[in-house]
Amino acid sequence: MLQRRIGALLLSAALHATTAAQVGAEPSTPLSVAEVAPGVHVHTGLVEDWSPESGGDVANLGFVVGSRCVAVIDTGGTPQLGVRWRAAVERATRLPVCFVFDTHAHPDHVLGNAAFAGPDTRFVASAKFNAAMAAREPYFLRALERDFGISVAHDAMVYPTLAVDGTREFDLGDRVLVAQSWPTSHTDNDLTVYDRNTRTLFASDLLFVQHIPVVDGKLRGWLRTMPQLERMDAALVVPGHGPTRSGGPDAWKPQQEYLEALLRQTRAALKSGKTLSQAVDSVAVEAASRWQLAERFHRRNVTAAFAELEWED
Amino acid sequence: MKHTMTRREITAAGAALTASFALGGMRGARAAAQASDNPEANEIWRKVRASLFETRPITNVGDDTLLLDAPVRAEDAAVVPIAMRARLPHTASSFVEKLYLVIDNNPSPIAAIFSFTPQSGRADIETRVRVDEYTFVRAIAETHDGRLLMRTRFVKASGGCSAPPGKDPQAALATLGKIKLRVDGDVALGKPTLAQLMISHPNDSGMTMDQLTRQFTPRRFVRTVNVAYGGQAVLSADLDFAISENPNLRFYFVPRGPGKLTVDVVDSNQTAWKSSLDVAPVA
Repeated sequence: MLQRRIGALLLSAALHATTAAQVGAEPSTPLSVAEVAPGVHVHTGLVEDWSPESGGDVANLGFVVGSRCVAVIDTGGTPQLGVRWRAAVERATRLPVCFVFDTHAHPDHVLGNAAFAGPDTRFVASAKFNAAMAAREPYFLRALERDFGISVAHDAMVYPTLAVDGTREFDLGDRVLVAQSWPTSHTDNDLTVYDRNTRTLFASDLLFVQHIPVVDGKLRGWLRTMPQLERMDAALVVPGHGPTRSGGPDAWKPQQEYLEALLRQTRAALKSGKTLSQAVDSVAVEAASRWQLAERFHRRNVTAAFAELEWED
Repeated sequence: MKHTMTRREITAAGAALTASFALGGMRGARAAAQASDNPEANEIWRKVRASLFETRPITNVGDDTLLLDAPVRAEDAAVVPIAMRARLPHTASSFVEKLYLVIDNNPSPIAAIFSFTPQSGRADIETRVRVDEYTFVRAIAETHDGRLLMRTRFVKASGGCSAPPGKDPQAALATLGKIKLRVDGDVALGKPTLAQLMISHPNDSGMTMDQLTRQFTPRRFVRTVNVAYGGQAVLSADLDFAISENPNLRFYFVPRGPGKLTVDVVDSNQTAWKSSLDVAPVA
């Protein structure tokens, strides 16, 4: 991979060693976590596709401990991972989980919700999350059944009840988290969570590290959102996939280069009159080759970029 | 999971098709379709076939007669490029009159029916569809003299977090009905000319349930597109919500003199939009 820096590399190596060993572990085995800053815990998922081979354990998950209660950021890619993730939280603290943040409506991040459902736990998401999730739920549940052999009924799905439109603060006791929703970028319902105490930014899938970025929203929107995230006062950035990085421009640069190549070359393909089918075979192939899972997601990204950019005048 | 709203009526085929396939139950009980399955034996196809074509014979043909261009795997479940290109003579007396696009395992299998005239020049269509599941995709050509020719391909569903719903329905709705109509390059008099039509529309299946009200959102999708050149029909399309958000069609017409390419679009709410483009072919 490009752009490796020693600190982040060591961190990721430690996290990956434990994560990989846990695929196929007992349902109750707590997921591995690392305390990346005081009271800030991260489970680093595998840099793989959401599939039975990875056990669905591909998204990074976090929890942040205040003096009164705990906030959980994403819940894992299957109900079983949710149970193991909850076990990891309970192993670290006896405090109750008061908030669960669903960072966007993708299965690898939120299908573990049910494990955290309870009268004192509020689920929080972007104001656009529920519409996006409701539209996708049948497909996610079908994929869960078809590919993982896991059946989940619609009624067992847990939807957020607290919506964030802009920014909103959540007090954990001596610790305030700031949740922020964004214009359509990775998806139309992206939410970030920022811990003021340690200046840790949970960027979720607004930042991919090692794992090729995936466009399921708007490419141009994402490129406009990124500089704002980059400017945030973050000591640490936890991406949605791949190892945690130090804050600052370097964390964002590889992703920016890829997305800009995708933008530039898709525009060029449109200008030269290429069709969508022709574009997916030729656009930004070199830029994609630097990333893991390019073979799985790059053509999809070109498809999304093409369908978006052909509306540019 | 339930797809309770899978009823659909198509009158373009002459007979009304009410496709109530109870897909939820059939899907639940069944493993995913595989490329090695017998495409003729597919239960949904047999029902679609009976509704559209009754017992008329259908000849399976190769790409040299009817090209069906579809990816082996749907990269993005919401935007899967499909092309159907008839490679038969297209004259006043002998031409492909209709192209049917059937996606067996979609909630509403009949994705589109395209009707052509001698003025089309070619029975050749490119569009983008949603693909829900591992499925057979079928192009069926109906010739002016009543023959039915079919090309079938298997498409694997997209994995991971890709799903058929649109990426930004709010944005598509904000520019609802905006139309881009384009003809690229020099236009040759009397020659089949490629045109592209883009319609800003969420093309929503309406299967989304509002978690608070437990109501399904009303579906809203582009139902018909009629294209004429110089007042003569070149393409008529009956479409379904299987067509991707912001429907996109590439098709041919033959300009036999300067004229206007006109487009009439009507959606399921009976909202109508028009667009036109002046074309000046050179000899």
